[in-house]
Amino acid sequence: MTGNALVQLALFAAVLIGLGLPLGSYLARVLSGERTLLAPLTTPIEKLLLRIAHVEPTDEMTWQRYATALLLFSGAGFIAVFLLQVAQARLPLNPDHLTGVGAVLAFNTAISFVTNTNWQSYAGESTLSYLVQMVGLGVQNFVSAAAGIAVMAALLRGFARHSSSTIGNFWTDLVRVTVHVLLPLSVVLAVLLASQGVVQSFSGAVAATTLADHAHATQHIALGPVASQEAIKQLGTNGGGFFNVNSAHPFENPTPLSNFLEVVAILLIPVACCFTFGRMVRDRRQGWALFAAMAILLAGAIVVTLTAEQRGTPALAAAGATGPADAGQPGGNMEGKEVRFGITNSALWAVATTAASNGSVNAMHDSFTPVGGLAPMALIQLGEVVFGGVGSGLYGMLLFALVTVFVAGLMVGRTPEYLGKKIEAFEMKMVMVAILAPALAVLAGTALGAALSAGRAGIFNGGAHGFSEVLYAFSSASNNNGSAFAGLSVNTTFYNLLLGLAMFAGRFLVAIPVLAIAGSLAGKTLVPASAGTLPTHGPLFVAMLLATIVLVGALTFVPALALGPIVEQIQLVGQGVIR
Amino acid sequence: MNTHRAPAKLFDPALMGTAVLEAFKKLHPRTQLRNPVMFTVWVGSVFVTILAIAALAGHSDAPTGFTVAIAIWLWFTLLFANFAEAMAEGRGRAQAAALRRTRSEAMARHLPNPADRLTVRAIPASALRKGDVVVIAADELVPGDGEVIEGVASVDESAVTGESAPVIRESGGDRSAVTGGTRVLSDWLIVRITVDPGESFLDRMIGLIEAAKRQKTPNEIALGILLAALTIVFLMVVVTLRPFSEFAVHVSGQGKPVSLTVLVALLVCLIPTTIGALLSAIGIAGMDRMLRKNVVARSGRAVEAAGDVDVLLLDKTGTITIGNRQATAFIPAPGVAESELAESARLASLADETPEGRSIVTLAHERLGTAAPSLDGVTAIPFSATTRMSGVDIGTRTIRKGAADSVERFVISLGGQLSDAVHAAVAEIARSGGTPLVVAEGARVLGVVRLKDIVKGGIRERFDELRRMGIKTVMITGDNPLTAAAIAAEAGVDDYLAEATPERKLALIREYQAGGRLVAMTGDGTNDAPALAQADVAVAMQSGTQAAREAGNLIDLDSDPTKLIEIVETGKQMLITRGALTTFSLANDVAKYFAIIPAAFAATYPALDRLDVMHLASPTSAVLSAVIFNALIIVVLIPLALRGVAWRPASAAALLRRNLLVYGLGGLVAPFAGIKLIDLALVALHLS
Repeated sequence: MTGNALVQLALFAAVLIGLGLPLGSYLARVLSGERTLLAPLTTPIEKLLLRIAHVEPTDEMTWQRYATALLLFSGAGFIAVFLLQVAQARLPLNPDHLTGVGAVLAFNTAISFVTNTNWQSYAGESTLSYLVQMVGLGVQNFVSAAAGIAVMAALLRGFARHSSSTIGNFWTDLVRVTVHVLLPLSVVLAVLLASQGVVQSFSGAVAATTLADHAHATQHIALGPVASQEAIKQLGTNGGGFFNVNSAHPFENPTPLSNFLEVVAILLIPVACCFTFGRMVRDRRQGWALFAAMAILLAGAIVVTLTAEQRGTPALAAAGATGPADAGQPGGNMEGKEVRFGITNSALWAVATTAASNGSVNAMHDSFTPVGGLAPMALIQLGEVVFGGVGSGLYGMLLFALVTVFVAGLMVGRTPEYLGKKIEAFEMKMVMVAILAPALAVLAGTALGAALSAGRAGIFNGGAHGFSEVLYAFSSASNNNGSAFAGLSVNTTFYNLLLGLAMFAGRFLVAIPVLAIAGSLAGKTLVPASAGTLPTHGPLFVAMLLATIVLVGALTFVPALALGPIVEQIQLVGQGVIR
Repeated sequence: MNTHRAPAKLFDPALMGTAVLEAFKKLHPRTQLRNPVMFTVWVGSVFVTILAIAALAGHSDAPTGFTVAIAIWLWFTLLFANFAEAMAEGRGRAQAAALRRTRSEAMARHLPNPADRLTVRAIPASALRKGDVVVIAADELVPGDGEVIEGVASVDESAVTGESAPVIRESGGDRSAVTGGTRVLSDWLIVRITVDPGESFLDRMIGLIEAAKRQKTPNEIALGILLAALTIVFLMVVVTLRPFSEFAVHVSGQGKPVSLTVLVALLVCLIPTTIGALLSAIGIAGMDRMLRKNVVARSGRAVEAAGDVDVLLLDKTGTITIGNRQATAFIPAPGVAESELAESARLASLADETPEGRSIVTLAHERLGTAAPSLDGVTAIPFSATTRMSGVDIGTRTIRKGAADSVERFVISLGGQLSDAVHAAVAEIARSGGTPLVVAEGARVLGVVRLKDIVKGGIRERFDELRRMGIKTVMITGDNPLTAAAIAAEAGVDDYLAEATPERKLALIREYQAGGRLVAMTGDGTNDAPALAQADVAVAMQSGTQAAREAGNLIDLDSDPTKLIEIVETGKQMLITRGALTTFSLANDVAKYFAIIPAAFAATYPALDRLDVMHLASPTSAVLSAVIFNALIIVVLIPLALRGVAWRPASAAALLRRNLLVYGLGGLVAPFAGIKLIDLALVALHLS
């Protein structure tokens, strides 16, 4: 790693924690219904929205009601986004006269945005009208993120409450998070991004005459309401770019400063959620422990990807395409990376966007070295718990904490307990469903993709790399990440349907069990801590939590990874050539 | 009965013989179905056996010898698991049988034909059934609840009612009911038993050590879910590996897809067979260890709950202090020599056969150094409820000892009085947790004997250990708060309940439970029954009343209240053993991957041999070694499962650190060495 890289990473970490801490407290206040600094501005909007929806904010829900509300809301969102796409040709705000989207693609896209995955089988600027982007996807960018945080809030209440049959009100949580947190943050970030040159326009594409081939070739330069979309795309760990090349596009991410702001925005709310957790369970050390576990995995992945990319490959070296980093050159493997971001910011982004289930990219992961691409894929396969999606990352991590506590609890000779709640058969059952569902979706989907001709047809690259592409696609969809490895033609009926189902499983087969756990925990009594209680805030617990996450992830995916990136890397290094 | 049986040899040859036979019997799929992990192995074994038969018939999917070897070792994996369970059952059964033989159960004199009073059969009280008629003579226990059909007798019902005065029981009218466990003091009764005795506890206990009848405990169920889930994950990993490898063959253009034999081998190696195989044995062995301590559990749940206990309610007498008070000092009145007080106190106690009386004699002997005088010419005045004093009359000398107020009344009636110094001494003793006994000869007060509760040796350390484990100890006593506080401080308990009544005990338990704590207690009297029923872990003394025994969920055959602490430890040990072996089992998988993955894809991606860090001889030897290791580790760990992991009381953090190091890190490293050794052995034996 270069000195320059270290300075950038240190600055990144400092800003992230510096902003995450206060935001975490703020989010906790919002979720607890306490008055906040922004209340004069935001509370009237909240009250208005809840009144329109006929929601009584204090109407507490059981977990079953909460889950039903989540499903109804997501179902409605799915139908809305689907219909908007299919009918876009007949709807306004379509200056480029794009035709209606096919049913299968519309299905995939609707699920993708409702589940906060934002996998994109389509090319944004040439497929979707401004109306679909704003009213369909833009709205889901906000509310799918808010729904994730709502589920987290319910789980945290499950821990914090005792002998209670309810876990909060879904509608209230949804509105509060959107109005008090996501909207204000997005406004600030959108303005900052616009200041850097991110476009914000309702005009259609601009036709420009280029000098290419000395002919008067015409290039259509796409525009749109990008800055506003971009802000929530990053903050809500959505990641669906306005343009097809996502944040590598100069109108989405023009400058190093916009890049820095966006990569901070990717991790900001997930980091804050750790601290929200600590506050809501009234033991901040618990929040720091989960933060530490996530940060260690994140740092490890950054080091792996950064060094792999900086080192480049023997083939690139042989071609004279890599050299040492110096003031004028980034060195390393620059294939598929933007020159304005270089190695460090591309690697950092790749790790951040896969750690958080964001999925936006500023470089093409397909062009990373095998190990450089392995770390992002592994982060996804761990279940999007290294900060992960807004809300969903934390509740995913808490699932692993429950597994850890269960095994560790037995080892200290007590019925396992976490945060004063006994972890029993029901919780274990739900935890296992939630951890298994995405993992099984990845394996089953990849197996179908590799076995069926419809799946093989979409694979662009030969050798083990082609396998990596399929594995990455299903890992991304099943864990609601949404980033793509590229190199795989996914806009086919086969992939659109299968990946759509994977996204559904990855979202709701986790969220529903989590709500069930929340309900069950809320009803339990609090066991006071004693010397016989397993401490869950120390380095020992963090280490064991890390071991559990890595072991579960590794045991599930090592055979698949061995046939993809691992064998690729060995072949690459061992034989000095790519394939 | 108060001695613990020496732990039987772990591998008793006779037991092993039966266990081997049982291991084969347990291969029945219905038996295997109880355990999802082992059932998966069973299905795999059947599958590979079919592959092996097909291979022998010429349709091979992998080298024939290899497939046959894998099939054999998969069956061994199952047999080893069955053997572990059968061993645990066998040991438990042997233990129960031994208990049955040695237990001196209360006997009843049964009249097979009530009309014929001459034919009397002695049968165990537990064998009595409703309608049986028994005869009970003086000094015998009433064998069960019943109705007097003939005779009149005085009966001591203090064990049930707490009232020490005997009551009259006779046939007819409302005084005809007798209660089991009470004692006939005089005369005789003929009683018709009116209730069936509950199932004998031992019979119930045997149900807990038979795998087929055993109900799984809550933590075992939760762990079972985890293990089943892991099995599903690995099943999926293995099932999807076939298309993955077909794709790999397709794109690399070399090798063959992974054989089905290797896939099953991989599956069996990955699923948590180690803990899956031993889970049931651990549970049974936990019950067995209880039984070995002469504790009969009425459910597995109770044993497990014992590990979770946060608060121990301990009766002062018998648990914290040795049964009785002992004389520890003579405090003479002004103008009286200590020797004179000691001499008189000894005389006053000569005829007193209570432990307190004897302790005064012993103390006086120590102080005076002379032998006690003979009892010739001495008239013993026994303790009576009216005078509340005891003593002797020797000629004209009247020597008395008793509580301060009784003796004061006595001396005042003779014209004497208690001096201020004596009053002060009495007060001082009471304040420090002792009981003062004033000694007087006629009207002259000689001084005070201090009786004191003697705290059991080592009990303080025991409580310190419990505290380190996060368990709070609460002393329950009928003493006044002053005395209770002094003893509590001396014994090092965390808290005490003085002037305890059954109601206050019950209230205390409820209070702790409302705070989310699990409470354990011991009890023997009928008045303990409500508290026992309320407590999460209730140990009833075998010597206690039927009501207490019914309310408890554990019965201590030794009636030793200290046992509660051992029960908690056994409960913890059972959980720790499960957790440790689960961790070990999971950590093992890492090495197995390193052995099998490169071997499975050796032909397709030779480059993957870089992952073969163990440098195993050949792909087939690698897979076979992993399978053999997986089977043998079960056998190696059987003793651990049966004995429980070594355990010392410590804080949760310290325990976790230690167990993580031993079973986590150990589990990570051990199979690398084990698989390599097996591989070397296979090569040396030309088996691979």
